[in-house]
Amino acid sequence: MSVSASDIDRVFREQYGRAVAVLVRVFGDIDVAEEAVQDAFTAAMQHWPSSGMPPSPAGWIITTARNRAIDRLRREASREERHAQAAADAAEEEPPEEDAVRDDLLRLIFTCCHPALAPAAQVALTLRLVGGLTTPEIARAFLLPEQTMAQRLVRAKAKIRDAKIPYRLPVEADLDARLRAVLAVVYLVFNEGYVSSGGGRLGRDDLCAEAIRLGRVLCGLYEKTAHEPEVLGLLALMLLIESRRASRTSADGTLVRLAEQDRSRWDQALIVEGLAIVRKCLRRNRPGPYQIQAAIQAVHSDAPSAVDTDWSQIVELYDQLLSVEPTPIVALNRAVALAEVQGPQAALALVDRLDLDAYYLLHSIRADLLRRLGRNAEAVLAYGAAMARTENPAERALLRRNIEALGGATV
Amino acid sequence: MKQYLLSVVEPEGPIPPPEFLEKVMQRVAAVEKDLKNAGGWVFAGGLHPPSTATVVRYREGEWFTTDGPFAEGKEHIGGFVVIRAPDLDAALEWARRYAQAITLPIEVRPFRWEH
Repeated sequence: MSVSASDIDRVFREQYGRAVAVLVRVFGDIDVAEEAVQDAFTAAMQHWPSSGMPPSPAGWIITTARNRAIDRLRREASREERHAQAAADAAEEEPPEEDAVRDDLLRLIFTCCHPALAPAAQVALTLRLVGGLTTPEIARAFLLPEQTMAQRLVRAKAKIRDAKIPYRLPVEADLDARLRAVLAVVYLVFNEGYVSSGGGRLGRDDLCAEAIRLGRVLCGLYEKTAHEPEVLGLLALMLLIESRRASRTSADGTLVRLAEQDRSRWDQALIVEGLAIVRKCLRRNRPGPYQIQAAIQAVHSDAPSAVDTDWSQIVELYDQLLSVEPTPIVALNRAVALAEVQGPQAALALVDRLDLDAYYLLHSIRADLLRRLGRNAEAVLAYGAAMARTENPAERALLRRNIEALGGATV
Repeated sequence: MKQYLLSVVEPEGPIPPPEFLEKVMQRVAAVEKDLKNAGGWVFAGGLHPPSTATVVRYREGEWFTTDGPFAEGKEHIGGFVVIRAPDLDAALEWARRYAQAITLPIEVRPFRWEH
């Protein structure tokens, strides 16, 4: 059987984080682990095409990485006693069992998402260490100079080492809050890819795929536990939103809002999977914010057309969401749904009470409501206020089009 | 074991009334007792306000002495505790208890080295 570059790439995607996770535990050092795993994949590229794929590619990578790390640490041992000890300890260790690898991967994820690290650092570290993305890839995805992203990663890793952030599963009392932080990082990665997927910024769709992959990994890690429903909820939420990718932007890169999307272009396979997960969550009956958001998306996915949407059910779900997550953003989204049930006037009254002036969507939603009420001059001003608050080209194109449709002038 | 500096982040402004401070000190004493029992206590101290600070600089063979804190700010270090803890999570747990007792934020910093 011949081994292609894409076969190795697939193994890399699936096994990189797991291998790094095992090696961090064995050697107690993130840099040593990363370097060794990269060495192992370089070796795989050299050997596998001629020797064929080993029976357990994951085991091969971990064992090779471990041996490379031991060799390296022994070479450097004369300089650093600490490394010599790590090499000696690691040499005695047996290859890890599958359960142990899963625990290591969780340790790695929780370390990357430790609350002592800034959210931006949590996201970067998770993509780097768990996802195996390179620093230039992450920098490109977040539209930052490579140097900035490299510094962010170096600083985060230095903090883990110097402040001694433990490589450990959180204690039971902290687990809820810590898992919420992990899910938030995954959703941040997804949103970063999603929000900016328009505007011809290539490469960012990968972030959505990466977030979904991380979501699947977490679902595997939390299968049949009390935490599974929310982890599943996040996965379903991402799948249902992702299913609309093809219809989200028009040919010229302008954003197309949900109501105007061509639903025949929605990805049915993702919808079927997402809906099945939502139903599974309903059966478990342990609702949480991600599950409720997934359920809201499921109502949209179920509707054959925008006018057939069951808006009163969506308002009910937003009421439920607002009770567990009483934020102005949720209140804003609820107002959008309420406009479809009680009309734009009722929704506008709610929107005008929200303290979200810096958020472009508040102004964009306000403008839509004003337009529907025939208050066109105010709508143009509100679209303008929205434009002043977003840099996203696809969003800006849509706002500009709305202003022009109302006869307003844009800069 | 690592050592961490837990600093009390004090806002600018008048010192709270003695009744309030007395309750704070009682709560702090209780945390300190637990910390000592756990073998984590190293050293602690409370500081006079930044207005009592003096800054000394050495430049080109000359000493300069000036009044006041090095950097004026809305917050300053009001006091500190040096603790010994196995890792950051353990240090953060003690910081939580101090923050609750003092009702002020606590900054946790690892020592790079110690004598």
